[in-house]
Amino acid sequence: MRLFSLDLMDFANFLIQLLNGVQYGLLLFMLAAGLTLIFGIMGVVNLAHGSFYMLGAYMAWFFTAQFDSLVLAIMLGTVLAVVFGWLLEWGLFRFFYHRDHLDQVLLTFGLIYIFEEVRSILWGDDVHAVQVPELLNWSIPLTDTLSYPVYRLVMSGICVLLAIALYLLISKTRLGMKIRAGAFNREMAEALGINIRLIHGVVFALGVGLAAIAGMIASPISSVYPGMGSSVLIMCFVVVVIGGIGSVRGALVSALLVGLVDTFGKVLVPQLAGMAVYMLMAGVLLYKPEGLFKQ
Amino acid sequence: MSSPKATLEKLPRGVQILLALGALALAAFPFVPMEGRDFYLQMLTQMMILAIFAMSLDLLQGVTGLVSLGHAAYFGLAGYALAFLTPADNPISLWWSLPLAAAASGLAALVIGFFVVRTHGIYFIMVTMAFAQMIYFLFFDNKALGGSDGIYVYFKPDATAVGLDLEDKTHFYYFTLAALIGVYLLLRRILFSPFGRALSGIRVNEHRMRAVGFGTFGYKLAAFTLAGTLAGVAGYLWAAQTGFVNPELMGFHMSAHAIMMVILGGMGNFAGAIVGAFAFEYVMHFFKDLTKHWQLLMGTFIVLVVIVAPRGLLGLGERFAARKGDQP
Repeated sequence: MRLFSLDLMDFANFLIQLLNGVQYGLLLFMLAAGLTLIFGIMGVVNLAHGSFYMLGAYMAWFFTAQFDSLVLAIMLGTVLAVVFGWLLEWGLFRFFYHRDHLDQVLLTFGLIYIFEEVRSILWGDDVHAVQVPELLNWSIPLTDTLSYPVYRLVMSGICVLLAIALYLLISKTRLGMKIRAGAFNREMAEALGINIRLIHGVVFALGVGLAAIAGMIASPISSVYPGMGSSVLIMCFVVVVIGGIGSVRGALVSALLVGLVDTFGKVLVPQLAGMAVYMLMAGVLLYKPEGLFKQ
Repeated sequence: MSSPKATLEKLPRGVQILLALGALALAAFPFVPMEGRDFYLQMLTQMMILAIFAMSLDLLQGVTGLVSLGHAAYFGLAGYALAFLTPADNPISLWWSLPLAAAASGLAALVIGFFVVRTHGIYFIMVTMAFAQMIYFLFFDNKALGGSDGIYVYFKPDATAVGLDLEDKTHFYYFTLAALIGVYLLLRRILFSPFGRALSGIRVNEHRMRAVGFGTFGYKLAAFTLAGTLAGVAGYLWAAQTGFVNPELMGFHMSAHAIMMVILGGMGNFAGAIVGAFAFEYVMHFFKDLTKHWQLLMGTFIVLVVIVAPRGLLGLGERFAARKGDQP
């Protein structure tokens, strides 16, 4: 009975794939959380969300080259991304909250072009690699031949910490209460004296910041390349839709689900690997048309 | 101010004249002696094919109110059908390969439509995208289906029985023009038929349509299938013209482009889709010739369209005409 012989090699392999799946899922969650919040609270379909991921990765590469420190690059990049998100919301997005979804799709598709070109003008069209910091550049041995890189574990750790921070922010703080109020009933929240414009700015900046951080911490393991935003964007929409639009908890569950299905799909049925996630999405929506955790 | 769900269906006299002049100009173009004639013929042929594709999407997006972000799947499938049907050593007859390829797209749309037309709004957008991505990756991941490199179409379809040589660029041009006009007239006819009226009703208020006794599921499914079939016609022509198919034809960007063209021109009357397809392609070529950084201009152009002309170029013309009419 091959099935029950728990070969150490197989188990190590399984563990590696499991960790990879979880890590990919957590990374997707960082992007999807912002996307789902922006959609849930402001009602904006933001196709340009993947571009923030790309800009983050390029910032990580550029600043690491300048200062020779990924940690410093991430800190600086996060600040810049948040400021950028704030300005973008203030200067452009807030005028589109009441427009049709179709207009928003068109607007943000136009923004993808603009961001790609700005990236090309600033940093060129080359593919770059980012060095893993010296301190984290080692692996945990699992068997004689297999090992797992520590950086990936640290990455997952950062994502988990940020997810917890996001949870605490939304459910335990005064600001989070206002965010939830704004999502629940915009007019009522406004009537009760909540500065909804400020909330919108905060949420948008937060979403951009999270997406950029995801791009920055992912840069050492995935190379930095033009158009890296668009593939991840489609995945994020899948995550958001499976989880239920507007639900951060749903985004977390479905991001992990998508990460695992994608990773194990690639290992088990390589011919159908690309399709697996979309099959999952279609299946979930046929069973639950509004996602797993509809608010 | 008309309601946001209202579209421009009956074309103003000015637009009708413009369309007729446009058709005449397209018909006369091959007679104009000029340098690089072949290049421009091919470019115009491509624009006409994309116009057919955009019109097929407009039936869903503008008429029925179903925004499909996966319409390229049906465009690409018919292209692949032609690629698979064409043998390596001789051309295939146009007369049965075109209907077969379009039917393949239509069948795919029927099966997928059966699942997707149950969903609404943003979920419809996402589910159509999911199914298109599935088809995209099916072809992308499987070497037997051409893989990421795609397949060559070695011969253009054979239509010599009626004296049409599609290998000739001028012949192909006129064939595409005829297809464009044919599809346009067909769709205009459908728009004002009882079926088209029902689709418009579904866009404006689906609940009310159901309340007065229309089985909206069947209507939407029929619209989805027809749109897929016509997208297939466009995809077939595209594959025949370029002599090449690859998964990008079915990709996310192709679907998004179609939406863009329809919105740019103005939704719900098919004339807008044609205007949008030509305008979009023209602007893109123009910017590409102008600078290496054309994406910046293209993006700015799209953003400006959303801000200045949310109802498309035809809507802009309409607004302009209305303002002029207000003055004594």
